[in-house]
Amino acid sequence: MSKAILYDATMCIDCKLCEKACAERNGLPYDDKVAAEQKQSEHKFTVVMSQGDKFMRRMCMNCNDPACASVCPVGALRKTAEGPVTYDGSRCIGCRYCMVACPFSVPKYEWNKILPLVRKCDMCADRVAKGQPTACAAICPTGATKFGDRDALIAEAKNRIASNREQYVDHIYGLNEVGGTSVLLLSSVPFEQFGYKTNLSVEPVPVLTYRALSHVPDVVVLGTVLMGGICWITNRRAEVAAAETAEKEAGVDKKRERR
Amino acid sequence: MRMPKWSFWKVASAVCLIGGLYAVIFRFAFGLGASTNLNDAFPWGIWIGFKLFAVALSAGGFTIAGAVHIFNVRRYRPILRPMVLSAFLGYSMFVISLLIDLGRPYRIWHPLVMWNPHSVMFEIAWCVTLYTTVLFLEFLPAVFEKLEWKKPLDLLHRAFIPVVIAGVILSTLHQSSLGSLYLIVPEKLYPLWYSPMEPVFFFLSALCAGVAMAIFASWHSSRSLGKELEFSLVVGLGRVLAVLLAVYLTVRALDLEHRDAFGLLALPRRETYFFWLEIALLAAPMVLLFQQEFHKSATWLYFCSVLALLGFVTNRLNVAITGMEASAGLRYFPKREELAITLGLVALAFTLFWLAVKYLPIYETEGTSTAMAEIPSANPVRVRHGQT
Repeated sequence: MSKAILYDATMCIDCKLCEKACAERNGLPYDDKVAAEQKQSEHKFTVVMSQGDKFMRRMCMNCNDPACASVCPVGALRKTAEGPVTYDGSRCIGCRYCMVACPFSVPKYEWNKILPLVRKCDMCADRVAKGQPTACAAICPTGATKFGDRDALIAEAKNRIASNREQYVDHIYGLNEVGGTSVLLLSSVPFEQFGYKTNLSVEPVPVLTYRALSHVPDVVVLGTVLMGGICWITNRRAEVAAAETAEKEAGVDKKRERR
Repeated sequence: MRMPKWSFWKVASAVCLIGGLYAVIFRFAFGLGASTNLNDAFPWGIWIGFKLFAVALSAGGFTIAGAVHIFNVRRYRPILRPMVLSAFLGYSMFVISLLIDLGRPYRIWHPLVMWNPHSVMFEIAWCVTLYTTVLFLEFLPAVFEKLEWKKPLDLLHRAFIPVVIAGVILSTLHQSSLGSLYLIVPEKLYPLWYSPMEPVFFFLSALCAGVAMAIFASWHSSRSLGKELEFSLVVGLGRVLAVLLAVYLTVRALDLEHRDAFGLLALPRRETYFFWLEIALLAAPMVLLFQQEFHKSATWLYFCSVLALLGFVTNRLNVAITGMEASAGLRYFPKREELAITLGLVALAFTLFWLAVKYLPIYETEGTSTAMAEIPSANPVRVRHGQT
């Protein structure tokens, strides 16, 4: 059963305990200065953004069919069956294609290290594997961040919207975006307001490159046959031409005899 | 070599090489953050642009190898070796820039062992590895001839056709896959460049760039080394280039039409100006090359090839940089070190090319043991290349 996080912005009180718990779980420093940062970075995997009395969280969306995992040439990023998209730093070569490809621009880089790695939220894969909720969901005092089965959370989100239409934007962000994500968001203000793209396709992004990549074997096989064939024809021609010249040189008489 | 022009280029190359070396040391000593203007919002910069156009400009290797060995257009044989050399150097620069660009360059071999066949980057890693090997093999005969090693030369002779076929296929895959890289970013790459046809554009433009490189290289060789090519040959290449450019531009226009993107062409935006610059640099040589009078002068042909090459460099930089800026919400301009490394690699490629031409039999294809030019079967056309 695939797990997910449901974040309901209307229940959030901006206590930032999720940020703190996230930093602890990932062994990152956390103080007032970090707390004040409104952007995800290599030392801050989740952010509670605020605009007046409206809040919105940002973390890795842990896509169902992640662009990052599909583009990684060494398979350092993987989607697990439980939902989290994990990152294995020991494989990473540092090409940063995941950063370019991610439709949510989530993966961040340790630009100031001599030997940098990509950093991002991995939905507490180790905890989720043990059946525990993510650190952010476990600590949330209001239930704004909730962990559970994806299907159950979707049903709950739909219920919340249906029973309180004035309070919510009629959209579960992450339900269908890029084929669905393991993080689902509810909000009372349009998602664009907090920088969430709403022009994303419902088709998983990896399909776009896979369509091209699936032609590779065809190109190889067809190319070999075609080139080989052309080669055979042109070289045969050259051989014939060479033989004819040789014959001419050998003497016209001999040629006549044979005919 | 007594020409003062040369000493200018020598000095310029030396400056670029020293600057590049300094920047490389700086980059490895202080990391990517200190040596580049890259950041989380803009993780790929001019080094990626450089890689894209280095490969495009290497296309002379497979186009001419394919023309000569597969299609048996023997008259292009005299430029085969310089083209293979240029491609080998282009790919070498690609690999060097990759080593500089990667966060952990010592793991460059990982993609060969840790597979992810769904990744375009994985395909690129394999293509680069294999095709650089192929180019090395295609280039080796020049070295063996110089050293007069008959046996290995003979061995290469025999494997030559399969090697050339592999080279053409690997190039086709690699050129197009560099375009496929950007298929994954439909919301990030500006719609003047984002197209599901991107792999095809990259391949077609590589064909054009390959032919333009052939004209470019032949002019330079005749100027600086006194090794002249048959003029009719260069004229022929000019015609081929004109037609290829026409095809390429038509396909680009059709694509814009199919995607209803014509409206973007008049928007007063930075992207629009760079797009028109790119198109102008490609359309101008096409128009010029269709005029018969331009075929009389080698300098004009050279000028056209330079325009086309600049056009493709602009195209690759537009895809890698101009087209990605708006979605990142910033303007990217490379840092001093990024520019120094890029210029240094260009200078390195030119210097190595010049050295190779000077010391190796690159332009001599008249000899009997010219493996590059020879297929085991004898061919009488060889006696006078370039004449039909």
